Amino acid sequence: MTAVRARVASALKYLSLIVASVVVLLPLGVMLLTSLKTSGELATGSGPLTPPDDWLNLANYVTAFDKGRMAQAAFNTFVILVVSIAGTVFVGSAAAYAIDRFAFRLKKLVVALFLFATLVPSITTQVTTFQVVDRLGLFNTRLAPIMLYLGTDIVAIYIFLQFIRSIPVSVDEAARLDGASSFAVYWRIILPLLKPAIATVVIVKGIAVYNDFYIPFLYMPDQDLGTISTSLFRFKGPFGAHWENISAGAILVIIPTLVVFLLLQRFIYNGLTRGAAK
Amino acid sequence: MTRTSSSLRRGAAEGDRPRDPARRSRRRPRRPWSQSLTPWLFLLVPLALLATFSYVPIINMVVYSFTDWDGVSPGYTFTGLENYAEILTRPELFKVFVASAYYLGASVVQIVLALYFATVLSFSTRFRNLFKGILFFPYLINGVAIGFVFLYFFQEGGTFDTVLRLFGIGGEHLWLGDPDLVNFSLAGVSVWRYLGLNFVLFLGAIQSIAPELYEAAELDGASRWQQFRFVIAPSLRPIIGLTAILAISGSLSVFEIPYIMTGGAGASETFVIQTIKLAFRFNKTGLASAAAVVLLVIILLVAWAQRRLVPEERVTPS
Repeated sequence: MTAVRARVASALKYLSLIVASVVVLLPLGVMLLTSLKTSGELATGSGPLTPPDDWLNLANYVTAFDKGRMAQAAFNTFVILVVSIAGTVFVGSAAAYAIDRFAFRLKKLVVALFLFATLVPSITTQVTTFQVVDRLGLFNTRLAPIMLYLGTDIVAIYIFLQFIRSIPVSVDEAARLDGASSFAVYWRIILPLLKPAIATVVIVKGIAVYNDFYIPFLYMPDQDLGTISTSLFRFKGPFGAHWENISAGAILVIIPTLVVFLLLQRFIYNGLTRGAAK
Repeated sequence: MTRTSSSLRRGAAEGDRPRDPARRSRRRPRRPWSQSLTPWLFLLVPLALLATFSYVPIINMVVYSFTDWDGVSPGYTFTGLENYAEILTRPELFKVFVASAYYLGASVVQIVLALYFATVLSFSTRFRNLFKGILFFPYLINGVAIGFVFLYFFQEGGTFDTVLRLFGIGGEHLWLGDPDLVNFSLAGVSVWRYLGLNFVLFLGAIQSIAPELYEAAELDGASRWQQFRFVIAPSLRPIIGLTAILAISGSLSVFEIPYIMTGGAGASETFVIQTIKLAFRFNKTGLASAAAVVLLVIILLVAWAQRRLVPEERVTPS
């Protein structure tokens, strides 16, 4: 009796997992199929679930890559990604070092200022942030998103803070006895010991920046400054209902994510758990 | 890997901690004043960025909310509470919250599903890592790509209609054009996209439960449901609290998917899309700021209520 019940339960469990997997994979799979079809195939009413005539028809990818200016977009995204991630690591770890390792006046106020800022969803202040960025002369430059990603990343400070707490103060003090300055302690001792936290920040920040649509859309309308997200968004115009090209563009943007995910799976899970649980 | 190494260090740090304050206070009188500048050198850039990109905008937003500024003219006049009165009295400005309700409902579905899958995949299951990866992957995908994937998926006579026909549900639906359906479709996309994040967070929390607890429960003859109810659920409370507040503030500030997929037209318009349109299309910076202040106050209230209802507990000891 119980054996039967356990079997049914197990069958239901696998059924639910399979259904969920189909729900996740079906829309993506259809996009992949469409990206391999010719416009003729789509026009003659080939159903969304029918396979393409030629599985190796990559013409749409070439079109999407060239006409969608994806090379330029990849370059812009890469520059913004590298600079803002490196900046976040230094800014966040310096702030965390100062807050955890020094006793100074107004420390509580500083911590409270950082804390309150996490509660404010950045999208609500975008109207006035726009004025600030504009007045600083950053509008339509790659510096606009870089500064915004740097300036609004308080989660990184928390991840670093949490981790610095676990590094014994005696390590710093030993270095100080050897005559190291505060800066040397930060640079030579704290930063290298922060490697796991840096990995977390790089992953969380990397995902956020690569996928962000809103900031580049609002602050860099210039065609030449398109990122992966905004360049893909522009497909809506010139390609209209050319779903074979749009699909190819979307798949092109998803592939790097898939590769990184398959290579770094475990670190990504851990990074997000740490990032969100603060 | 990171977990074990940090817990080792934690052990060492805890040994040091108690002596720490005493040591600091002993050192303080001997420190020359120039030394007290050191922390500020490290904080200079972070604080400058925080002020410029968080606090200046927040303060400006509050100031503009009391003005009639259009965002371009050099001057503006203070109009007192007029903007707030307009927001509260023009019902069409409020109807955008109807869309939020759909996303809020979707978050409930999302949290329940995430809990179910996290629980199921915490126990031995074949292809566990494969299922885990599949469920999580959508969270990593670019939002614009997701928008296009589902624009295609929901086309009339497109993938979704074709699949429904396989199950005997015929007809072609305007999944994104019908005002009665559009928010269901968009909220469904949101569940598809964010389920993985909740799932992974819950999974992490479940896996940090000491295995002895399960063993003890099993020895006592607890069923799977009882194990969930009395072992898993209590230790998930803090992370569910966090998820709930993220769900509420997320539902109120939905922007990307509807903007990409429908341009925020008609019933799919959300609060943020409306605010952005007011500010950048209709040049009503003052009114848009007041709307943003309202949203901010609601979100702060929710955060405050959540802290009161679910007192801070550590999710994972750190």
